[in-house]
Amino acid sequence: MTTREKILASVLANQPAATPLPDISMFKNGSDALVEKYMQVFKTIGGLSHVVTDIAAIKQLITENFDTSKRIATTLAEFGDSFELISDAVDPHSYSDLELAIIRAHFSVAENGAVWLSDELMGQRIIPYICQHLAVIVDAETIVPTLHEAYEKIGAGNYGFGGFIGGPSKTADIEQALVLGAHGPLSMTVFILK
Amino acid sequence: MREATTKDHASLAGAFIKDEKRVDWHDGALWYIREKRDIAAKQIPEWEHLREAASMIKSNVISNLHEYLLQFESNLKKNGVTVHWADSAEEHNQIVYSILKAKEINQMVKSKSMLTEECHLNEYLEERGIEVINSDLGEYIQQIDNEPPSHIVLPCIHKRKEEIGELFHEHLGTEKGLSDPTLLTRVARKHLRNIFLTRRAALTGVNFAVAETGEYVVCTNEGNADMGAHLSEVQIASMGLEKVIPQKKHLGVFLRLLARSATGQPITIYSSHYKKPRKGQEMHLILVDAGRTRQLGRKDFRDSLKCIKCGSCMNTCPVYRKSGGLSYHNTISGPIGAILAPNLDMKRHEDLPFASTLCGSCSNVCPVKINIHDQLYKWRQVIVKEGYATKTKTLGMKTMAWTFSSPEKFKKTGRAGRWFLKYFPFLINNKLNPWYKQRDMPEGPSESFGEWFVKNENKKS
Ligand code: SF4
Repeated sequence: MTTREKILASVLANQPAATPLPDISMFKNGSDALVEKYMQVFKTIGGLSHVVTDIAAIKQLITENFDTSKRIATTLAEFGDSFELISDAVDPHSYSDLELAIIRAHFSVAENGAVWLSDELMGQRIIPYICQHLAVIVDAETIVPTLHEAYEKIGAGNYGFGGFIGGPSKTADIEQALVLGAHGPLSMTVFILK
Repeated sequence: MREATTKDHASLAGAFIKDEKRVDWHDGALWYIREKRDIAAKQIPEWEHLREAASMIKSNVISNLHEYLLQFESNLKKNGVTVHWADSAEEHNQIVYSILKAKEINQMVKSKSMLTEECHLNEYLEERGIEVINSDLGEYIQQIDNEPPSHIVLPCIHKRKEEIGELFHEHLGTEKGLSDPTLLTRVARKHLRNIFLTRRAALTGVNFAVAETGEYVVCTNEGNADMGAHLSEVQIASMGLEKVIPQKKHLGVFLRLLARSATGQPITIYSSHYKKPRKGQEMHLILVDAGRTRQLGRKDFRDSLKCIKCGSCMNTCPVYRKSGGLSYHNTISGPIGAILAPNLDMKRHEDLPFASTLCGSCSNVCPVKINIHDQLYKWRQVIVKEGYATKTKTLGMKTMAWTFSSPEKFKKTGRAGRWFLKYFPFLINNKLNPWYKQRDMPEGPSESFGEWFVKNENKKS
């Protein structure tokens, strides 16, 4: 008997009689004022957000708020004239000096401030984690109220890797003192395109 | 290292409570987190329904585990992940070692995983010439201090910042006396970034594994799991069998509950869904039994396998808050640790189910509604029956058995039940209970429980 067979046999012998799964379809939340709700929650978790009307406005805010003499990279062709385009063909370690990453998210979640993005939007999986600062663009009409609607939207998801990111990395491991910027980005900015 | 002691909970707690200032701070810090949990929970009107749903999903998992494991395994394989099965801690460690050995890797970075703590993986690999670095800040601090984590979510919650400053001075060369949390975190960030960039292998734990899709979810606030995994050429995930959930949509229920219960955050900063290896990367997943199927067979205790490791039962527990996690001498401490540990080794952990006032606060906050305090009480009976209880415990047990001898009566009289819960700790505040060493004795009720009980019993009939 292999270990696998042994464990599976033991599971089968020990598991109790089947109980049903609950219906979770009633977990739905109101869809009012999602942009405001999102911005308010995102602020409480240490994030910054701006409502913008076009890409030019985002460019403007980036040049005003970030050190453009440092390395800035993006997956968005619209920024290709100003910033480096992220390549999926290079070694991920080569992004270790990335100051700012500008990427798109599929959508965001009002109740918790998180954005959802799969690897196709990251350029490389490491990008949103290794950069010192992260900027993410979401379309206002894609914001969903809760995680239930979020998973409905994601569906099976044809990705190799995907993640919710809800704010700058943080730790409170030293005496419960909140510190932004643990191992991932020190700051996270979300641009909501309306 | 680590399993440093054979002392029991009472004497370890006795040592912890000697430093009264630290105990008060520890107590307050954890209670503060409990309060943040309450605030977060209150903002969700359907909170109690979510808990109920989560509990039902987990019951369904436990009762269909065989099928879900097969489904999960087959989907993992489709996704290009290599699946391993380990019956014991030792077998788990051997598997990790052989994966690294095949690639000639002798350094690995690890994110938070209670399972690998339970398996003593670091020690096992170190003995074989492989260096492991824990990348979660709290776990890193515990590692350089040669101590196991004292809390599953907040590994070094029992340490003061000055002590951490001293450790950093010794191990990372910071200035003596530096204890500012932000500055210390910056130093660790810099040091560990270099670790992430130079390690070819990364190991993570697993919070939820989806049978339906073969993906697994890892939750962190620091981003350390992702830094390690996405820079590695070999990615390993270790998980207990019970972490599998049926469908992806169930993640909505669990992720809404997890961080709010743990720290009062609306979601952990990173909830990463790992499905397929990156181009050129190897991905391995190890399914570990190590006593879980035995617990599955224990009717009264199998629900402990529903745990999602949020830590809120620890934060709320009056005993945990005052005795510190290390006094439980088990990887998982607090109320949940006390119902998991006797399954692993009843003789060694016979004291843990007694480290509780049975106040029930743990069961009230548990996001998957585990009847923790009932299980603590049931373990006491099993332990005494099997002859493992020490003498003090047996005496305490008798008192406990007496007070609980008519639980039905208490249930029927709601008022009596409330009174009982409120004043119960006073009843065990006596020499038979090692808990009250060095603690101030609270004022006793105006009449003894016995008198009150008799009086009320008479009134009722
Ligand atoms: S037993 Fe419940 S409250 Fe305790 S850690 Fe597990 S899920 Fe959280």
